[in-house]
Amino acid sequence: MHQREFARDDTYIKWQLGLGFAALFLGILMGLFQGLDRMGIDLYKYVGLKSYYQGLTIHGVLNVLVFTTAFNGAFLPYVTMRSLKRPMAIKGGSAIAFFLMLVGVLLAAWKILDNSSTVLFTFYPPLQGHPLFYLGLVLVVVSSWVTFLNILLTTRAWKQDHPGEPLPLQAFISLVTYIMWFIASLGVAIEVLVLILPWSLGIVEKTDPQLARTFFWLTGHPIVYFWLLPAYLSWYTMLPKQVGGKILSDPLVRLVFILFLLLSTPVGFHHQYTDPGVPAGWKAMHALLTFSVFFPSMITAYSVVASLEIGGRKAGGKGLFGWIWKLPWGDPVVTTQLLAGLGFFLGGVSGLINASYNINMVVHNTAFVPGHFHLTIGTAVTLTAMGIMYWLLPALTGKKLWGRGLALANAWLWFLGVLIFSRGQMAGGLEGMPRRTWMATATYLQFMETWDIPNKMTAVGGALMFLGGMAFFAVMVGTLFFSRERAKVEMPTAEAIIGPEKGSPLFTKRLDVWTVVAIVLVLIAYVPYLVNYLGDAAFVATGQRVW
Amino acid sequence: MPIERSERLFINLSILMLVIFFIAVLVSAFIGGLQVPAPAGTIDPAAINQTAPFDNPGVRELVPGKRYEVVMIAQTWAFIPGEIRVPAGSEVTFRITSRDVIHGFEITGKNANVMLIPGQISLVKVKFDKPGEHYIICHEYCGIGHQTMYAKIIVEPAPQAAK
Repeated sequence: MHQREFARDDTYIKWQLGLGFAALFLGILMGLFQGLDRMGIDLYKYVGLKSYYQGLTIHGVLNVLVFTTAFNGAFLPYVTMRSLKRPMAIKGGSAIAFFLMLVGVLLAAWKILDNSSTVLFTFYPPLQGHPLFYLGLVLVVVSSWVTFLNILLTTRAWKQDHPGEPLPLQAFISLVTYIMWFIASLGVAIEVLVLILPWSLGIVEKTDPQLARTFFWLTGHPIVYFWLLPAYLSWYTMLPKQVGGKILSDPLVRLVFILFLLLSTPVGFHHQYTDPGVPAGWKAMHALLTFSVFFPSMITAYSVVASLEIGGRKAGGKGLFGWIWKLPWGDPVVTTQLLAGLGFFLGGVSGLINASYNINMVVHNTAFVPGHFHLTIGTAVTLTAMGIMYWLLPALTGKKLWGRGLALANAWLWFLGVLIFSRGQMAGGLEGMPRRTWMATATYLQFMETWDIPNKMTAVGGALMFLGGMAFFAVMVGTLFFSRERAKVEMPTAEAIIGPEKGSPLFTKRLDVWTVVAIVLVLIAYVPYLVNYLGDAAFVATGQRVW
Repeated sequence: MPIERSERLFINLSILMLVIFFIAVLVSAFIGGLQVPAPAGTIDPAAINQTAPFDNPGVRELVPGKRYEVVMIAQTWAFIPGEIRVPAGSEVTFRITSRDVIHGFEITGKNANVMLIPGQISLVKVKFDKPGEHYIICHEYCGIGHQTMYAKIIVEPAPQAAK
């Protein structure tokens, strides 16, 4: 009934999704190239790329910076509008967000493709890319801030019309996700605007790589929660509806997301356990906080599985596990997300190893790390986003999903592929195989017999993931151009057994309080360290182009 | 907050599990002594050749057959020195810095892992018990030759006299 009012924003939501998935397509293609590199096959020269590392920069930037930010910037406004039954508050906001992202992506892509910015998505100085590369990434982040502001003003306007009522759950989660991201993104904003841009433009000659890393990882871990929380939104509030179940407790879901708001950001040093410039005490403190942020994911594991169980039992499932087989496995929207959740279980558990202060030394910067995050971001997030597209694209276009069998193939090939890939990478990592390395031309490969099988598993798993990805894009293209049947699809919204009115207002209504607490926690986690470090900062590194 | 009984049980078990894990990690770190790298001083990368001890990279014998120090420079795309010989049973302290970009330092088969960041000095202690070969591999992308950057550690059988 609100379709007409939403049309203005929906147009740009569609374009933003198009941009995000185009980025994913190219990113996945580079993923295939990287996998095959492990078998000594070099495809880079055939497509005009200079090196494995140029391809890796494309893979990382497009998959984890562009795809994720664009998808969230489309999906969460879509959810907010339907959940609040009103269009976005800023009239041209969706358009501004899209064009900022588009210009940003084009600038960054141009400077990656001309090989002037082969610095990978982490762009650690003193590797020095082209200033327009950094500016492009800044615009992508600014686009996400516009989306944040738009969601904030939309929820505020709703509250004025509904005094005293708690925000509908899905809008609440969308808002929390962006508040968390806004606080977290200030780290990389400071890094790029204060440290990197003036230095890459030649205004400042030298920079401090250790300081830059600290600001990068201030954003660099919470960004994974920015990717993950929309998947959680789907698992918590949509998937139960899609399997015929119910949310257990609305207030508990809100508590989980408040915990993510509080704990996602002050954990960055766990990426720097082996950095020489960070005292051990700070590393231990961030280790404790990282363990804490694992906790809301544990609650999620329980709550989401319980809400699925309700659906499975309603469909006639008996016994301890019998309900699992009664879930609608024939529905690609469901299968993608169930497999994504399964992958995330393994990803989350392996993440505890990286988080563990000194155990991390066994795996730091080895292939174990991409093994871990292809289970989390590569599967939990990406496969869930694909599953969401299986209802969102019909909802946006009014066309029935085309190629259901292909969509199911997407889910299983991806899942099987990532299991083999990650097993290979993790096994290699434990044998000291480094990450982000042009393996086919590595001069020490001859001494490393224990890497043979891990390398082959990486290649085979990567190729299967690629096939799964191509099945997804075939379904998207097929639905857009070959689907003849009309479909009327609405956003799924599951009911809660225990409604928001049962929770304490402090948890269901007072996001302002929690935002302040989150900011204070970030300040406690970083300011004393920074004050101390800046007294002895080492601005000694000049820019290098060594590729 | 209304929480059902099995849910409360799961939440409590989760907290308990994380507390136990975290205590185990802290015990191994602060009682077992398996510590992460900590600050070991700063240096100007442009002045490495004039700054002791990096003006003279190489292996130094502190206690013959027992304790050694290796002063090492990482640069695109080599570790200097590129080959190190120490006897089995020796404890080796690596003192390393980078001349140009960020490099990585890990020793295959050992829990030695540290970032090499321009401006910072990194310190790693490793014990080599058995004769054999290990490789030091650069694990941080450092440019087009990153995959060629490694060094070799040859652990020689301990001389009889040292036993």
